[in-house]
Amino acid sequence: MPHSDSVLIETRHLTRTFGQGARQVRAVDDVSLCLRRGEIASVVGESGSGKSTLARLLLRLLQPTAGQILFEGVDVTGKSSLRELRQYWRKVQAVFQDPFSSFNQFLTVRKLLERVLGLETPSLDPEAREARVRWALEQVALNPDAILGKLSHEMSGGERQRVMIARALVVRPLVLVADEPTTMVDASSRASILNLLLDLRDEFGMTILFITHDVSLATYVSDTLFVMQHGRLVESGPVEKITESPEHPYTRQLFADAFSMSERG
Amino acid sequence: MSLLLEARHVTAGYVLEGTGPIETRPTIQAVADVSLELQEGDVLGIAGESGCGKSTLATILAGVVRPPLRVTAGEVWIAGQEVPLEGPAGAPSKGRQSADLLGRVVAMLPQGAMNALNPTLGVQDFVYDVLRSHIPEITRQEAVERAKERMERLGLPPRVLGAYPHQLSGGMKQRVVAVVSTLLNPDVLVADEPTSALDVTSQRMLLALLLNFLEQRIIRGIVFITHELPLLRYIARRVAVMYAGQLVEVGPTDRVLFTPSHPYTQALMHATIVLEKGTRRQRIKTVGGAPPELVTPPPGCRFHPRCPVAMPICSQAVPPTVPVGERHEAACWYVAGDPSGEAGAAGHAAQ
Amino acid sequence: MVAGVVLFAVVGPMIVGREPGEIVSMPFDPPSRYALLGTDNFGRDELTQLMYGARTSQLIGVIAGVIALLIGTVVGTVTGYHGGNTDEILMGITNVFITIPSFVVLILLSIALRSRSVLVMGLVIGITSWPWTARAVRAQASSLRAREHVDVARLSGASGLSIIARDIIPYMLSYLAMAFTLQLSSAVLTEASLSMLGLGPTNTVSLGVLLQWALLWEAVRLGNWWTFLPPAFLLALIAFSLQLLNASLDEMYNPRLRRRGAAK
Repeated sequence: MPHSDSVLIETRHLTRTFGQGARQVRAVDDVSLCLRRGEIASVVGESGSGKSTLARLLLRLLQPTAGQILFEGVDVTGKSSLRELRQYWRKVQAVFQDPFSSFNQFLTVRKLLERVLGLETPSLDPEAREARVRWALEQVALNPDAILGKLSHEMSGGERQRVMIARALVVRPLVLVADEPTTMVDASSRASILNLLLDLRDEFGMTILFITHDVSLATYVSDTLFVMQHGRLVESGPVEKITESPEHPYTRQLFADAFSMSERG
Repeated sequence: MSLLLEARHVTAGYVLEGTGPIETRPTIQAVADVSLELQEGDVLGIAGESGCGKSTLATILAGVVRPPLRVTAGEVWIAGQEVPLEGPAGAPSKGRQSADLLGRVVAMLPQGAMNALNPTLGVQDFVYDVLRSHIPEITRQEAVERAKERMERLGLPPRVLGAYPHQLSGGMKQRVVAVVSTLLNPDVLVADEPTSALDVTSQRMLLALLLNFLEQRIIRGIVFITHELPLLRYIARRVAVMYAGQLVEVGPTDRVLFTPSHPYTQALMHATIVLEKGTRRQRIKTVGGAPPELVTPPPGCRFHPRCPVAMPICSQAVPPTVPVGERHEAACWYVAGDPSGEAGAAGHAAQ
Repeated sequence: MVAGVVLFAVVGPMIVGREPGEIVSMPFDPPSRYALLGTDNFGRDELTQLMYGARTSQLIGVIAGVIALLIGTVVGTVTGYHGGNTDEILMGITNVFITIPSFVVLILLSIALRSRSVLVMGLVIGITSWPWTARAVRAQASSLRAREHVDVARLSGASGLSIIARDIIPYMLSYLAMAFTLQLSSAVLTEASLSMLGLGPTNTVSLGVLLQWALLWEAVRLGNWWTFLPPAFLLALIAFSLQLLNASLDEMYNPRLRRRGAAK
């Protein structure tokens, strides 16, 4: 899995707080990390650790309270025009946890996918658009002719999630932020979605930020691991190193608690 | 060891809306001829992907059969008592009977039970409500006392009783519901994916709590349903694997998970992602296709359209249950035909 | 039930075939074979009056309802979705409109215009009652904005307008249908009260106008029950049937409210 050492996304002391006064919550607290081109990095932590907030900050769906985000070396932290945000989203896309609530139940698969093509400038001609949509569906192992006309409730959870991944792929982004993409999918279908992420990295050199609470999934799929607890980044590094010798007590606990097949109750 | 729970040839389905008598309406055939046993003091795991019928089976075992679910064949016996499985035509007295059954003989811990906690009621009120429905004369004080004593016995902080649901973490809520649902010491606890919305640490605590129930003889047996195989290794002594409503394999946990005989169990095992040294660089192989829809399920063995070793007979007749080891059985024609069924099927599926 | 009332109003006059202005017999005749519900102060057939009146009342109700719904939805959605400054400004305007009572507007208008048509009545009632819908819609839009499919839409580069049109409003349709029935019901009653104050539509009969005449001609005191009871009853019926419709719509859209075993 070759990847150059160039840093694609960097955060410096990124912080996001919610609420005021005594009830203020620091969802993301002084997080500084680097995401390198062509790697799969996982952010692991329990619910409430701030990983989803971090994802939304990196997607610029949320404004940080403090700190910076740099994309390809350029500071993108401040509020921007819709045009500038669109340019960003052409390169950074996402898949979310719940394939049912993230899929507008009134849209067919075709409409959902074609909408994203609005990000392309200059806009593509109809043939190119059709080709892209079909290509994206083929990447996720779905048959375009069978699925383009379907609505959300006509598909299974696994299929819906694949369609959401296809939606993100349509514009051929550089970065895919996957926020717990397999949590609401069956254990048996999880492997195929994770294999898909690995394929995206291997074939297209896509950079993927994989967010999960399940450390076994994280170690299966990633090159780099970021461990978050209560909004802070407590440990980070190459996945082999952390698996061998985790340093932070929370990391150790995560590995210890994970269910493996070699233990018995 | 004595037999605590027994299900014999249970077949059930969800009747779809339509005209005409119930027997002729299209039905989602969710459970097909399933027979299970749970021994005293044991934990039986039921594994399978979503849609395989395990949740439906859970509600049947718990005696909570409501339309449109209809049991068309089979019986369930718990601790020598037959569990009433009639649905629509049940007379009001039958309803009362099942309510009595539920909680005393068998208790259910459904998925997302913690979300069922009324956010405007404190935990104490919840405890009182639950106990009052079974023991009308009980006072609030007595109810809270019972709960408190039980929680102390299990090592849970009794202060939780004074709290409201939103003040508790997901894991704690789930444990609270587990404790309350077993306050009347039911014989069997049916837990349907109780850990699904929890992080690993909470999952462990919940499983430890359930095992503690058994140890302290608060309950006599557990039926644990999940699609996460590693959990079963931790908690279940025996595992039954279901696919598309049919029972495909059942046996001691280690045998079923590490030397599975049925092609589906093998595929399921191979697709499991776990934390093991050395698994990182190997790609996991998955089975193509998806489970069938169950209004018109595939004839014979329902896995045959996706099975790597399917034979002509598989689509013609439902496979028999054949023994493949000590108290270990699989329902498969391939296994039935091949004297060393395990090795053969394992070899094929691993390509 | 709603269908019944509507049918009555629309089809009725065609069956009876009498002009509302026609003088039929002596004033204040009690109900007889000739005039089923008696006659009013001018000797006109009450039943015919009732039918035409019902029709007018409902028409005004619909006009007002549609206007209120349109304005209320647009304002509510825009302010709920955008929040911030837009919210402040639009809610400020909404609050101003809340304080304007419809009869003040009507009085001013009746000075300006020579007659009040059904359209004008509908318009005025609509313009003074949209704030209620706006607020309700605002709450809905604001909560829908936080939903995941809206995030996905933003990531897909959709403009604010596109998001409102395709991600927010479709999810509110059931809510809007219910809001509409409630607006309709309140508009009909508002029309009735305005008419009773003498600000009803000129040259046309409506239920409120019928009641007004009943009042003016001291029907209660004189015991001419047939001039005021039927219109009042019909008004109550309209309002009640719309409320029932609202309740069933609610049940239809919210599966948890469905009565056990009730096939829908």
